[in-house]
Amino acid sequence: MTAVTAPPKKASAGPPPSAARRTARFRPVVRVLSLLAALALWQLLTTLDVQLWLRFDQFPSVTDVAREFGQRLGDGAYWQDVSDSLRRIVTGFLLAAVLGVAAGVVVGRSRWAADLIGPVLEVLRPVPAIALVPVAILLFPSNEQGIVFITFTAAFFPVLVATRHAVRALAPVWEEAVLTMGGGRWRVLASVVLPGALPGIFGGLSVGIGVSWICVISAEMISGEYGVGYRTWQDYTVIDYPGVFTGIVSIGLLGWLTSTLVEVLGRRLTHWLPRREGTGTS
Amino acid sequence: MSTETDIATSVPPVDQPAPGARLGLTGARLGRPGAAVLHGLDLEAAPGEILTVVGPSGCGKSTLLRTLAGLLPTLAGQVVQDGRPVTGPGADRALVFQEDALLPWRTARANVELPLAIRGLGRAERRARAEEWLDRVGLAGLERQLPHRLSGGQRQRVQIARALAGQPRAVLMDEPFGALDAQTRAGMQQLLVEALHGTGATVVFVTHDVDEALFLGDRVALLGEGRLNGVRRVPRPRDRAAHDDPATTTLRREVLDSLGTKTL
Repeated sequence: MTAVTAPPKKASAGPPPSAARRTARFRPVVRVLSLLAALALWQLLTTLDVQLWLRFDQFPSVTDVAREFGQRLGDGAYWQDVSDSLRRIVTGFLLAAVLGVAAGVVVGRSRWAADLIGPVLEVLRPVPAIALVPVAILLFPSNEQGIVFITFTAAFFPVLVATRHAVRALAPVWEEAVLTMGGGRWRVLASVVLPGALPGIFGGLSVGIGVSWICVISAEMISGEYGVGYRTWQDYTVIDYPGVFTGIVSIGLLGWLTSTLVEVLGRRLTHWLPRREGTGTS
Repeated sequence: MSTETDIATSVPPVDQPAPGARLGLTGARLGRPGAAVLHGLDLEAAPGEILTVVGPSGCGKSTLLRTLAGLLPTLAGQVVQDGRPVTGPGADRALVFQEDALLPWRTARANVELPLAIRGLGRAERRARAEEWLDRVGLAGLERQLPHRLSGGQRQRVQIARALAGQPRAVLMDEPFGALDAQTRAGMQQLLVEALHGTGATVVFVTHDVDEALFLGDRVALLGEGRLNGVRRVPRPRDRAAHDDPATTTLRREVLDSLGTKTL
């Protein structure tokens, strides 16, 4: 986003820093305005009962949803659902992160591993995680574990693939440098492979957390073991639309929260990457 | 006899410079399987000497260094260090690359600390030694900079500090100043000579710059056409005043001829 506005201003000699700073100060304001505008449009369409092919007459308004949301926030059941969903996604996602990175490194580094487990992974990869619900029911003693399994599977493949690519793209000189310092396989792994692949790994984690949400919500809708997804579907079956929208908004906010956490952690850990405002690498 | 060598090797004097290694290649064929670039190579670097290697691009200079480092196996013949065959890379033989070999996520100091960490030194000692080395290559005050914040010359200084901090017995340098401008390069050559002083390390220095080879080297090895064309002793190594010396001029002409460059 900075890239679009900053460089031309930087080139001029006069008052560029203040101009850049002014844009920077307005950015949060613009973001909030963008959200507010969307809400205003929603409110307008629903209170005016607009029917232009798309029908908004039965659609709950922002205020309806807000009222419902307010009530649920004071209700213990809502927080139980939220914590159920969060527990599932955190467990599944963390498992996927650890195992996905491990599998990606092994497949990326070892030809033997690539030949032994690569084909199995490639066949499983295109299967949508949500299609594994019947499998999960067969495999696991409880629905709870099945949901975590599906969440795990959803995030596992993006993390695996991103890690494998990142590991294979590492500059060979880094490894050679460590080898000629007397470092062994584990030293290369800890000092070169993992830190070097981290920017790519976080790309996979960002995609993975998004897909995980899709799958945890869908799995909850199907299996009926409580959680935000279950509640949303339940509200739909009793035609409680404000309730459905409360669920949708909750999912949106939770998804945003978790992907921001992943993003912030990623930026922390890869702070060494040359950023755009720097002087460049060469 | 075995007990004597055990004692001698298991208690290395940590602060005394280790004597330079004697590196040799005998009847070596080098390159990738099916794509050998050098044949029948016999070459030896004596302990503590600087052997420069010149040759046209693509003649296998980098392959030679990687083989000496133990990163590439020979296709035929063997590599020996002090009479023992080299079977893989090790801390004895440090490698300095042309560019971008510093770990970009580590600060200058953390890069220099790496070989010390691999040797198992404690944190405080690592830090002290790394700072000492950075100071020695003129980078005091830049310890906490990331590589991309440093200039090309500064990054190569960090590489030299990193290679020498591990107290290797041999330093293999692959056109380390090749990407630098002429002025920076002359300064770096002087800095390298000073940094090497007292380390006792054997140096094999690959370059395509004839003047650099004649300034730094005790001897110059001439590579070309898939083989070694000869090794010449440099009359007055590491003496800038020797540049226009008749003996140096003669040698320079000979080296340029071997490279196939037309001279006046």
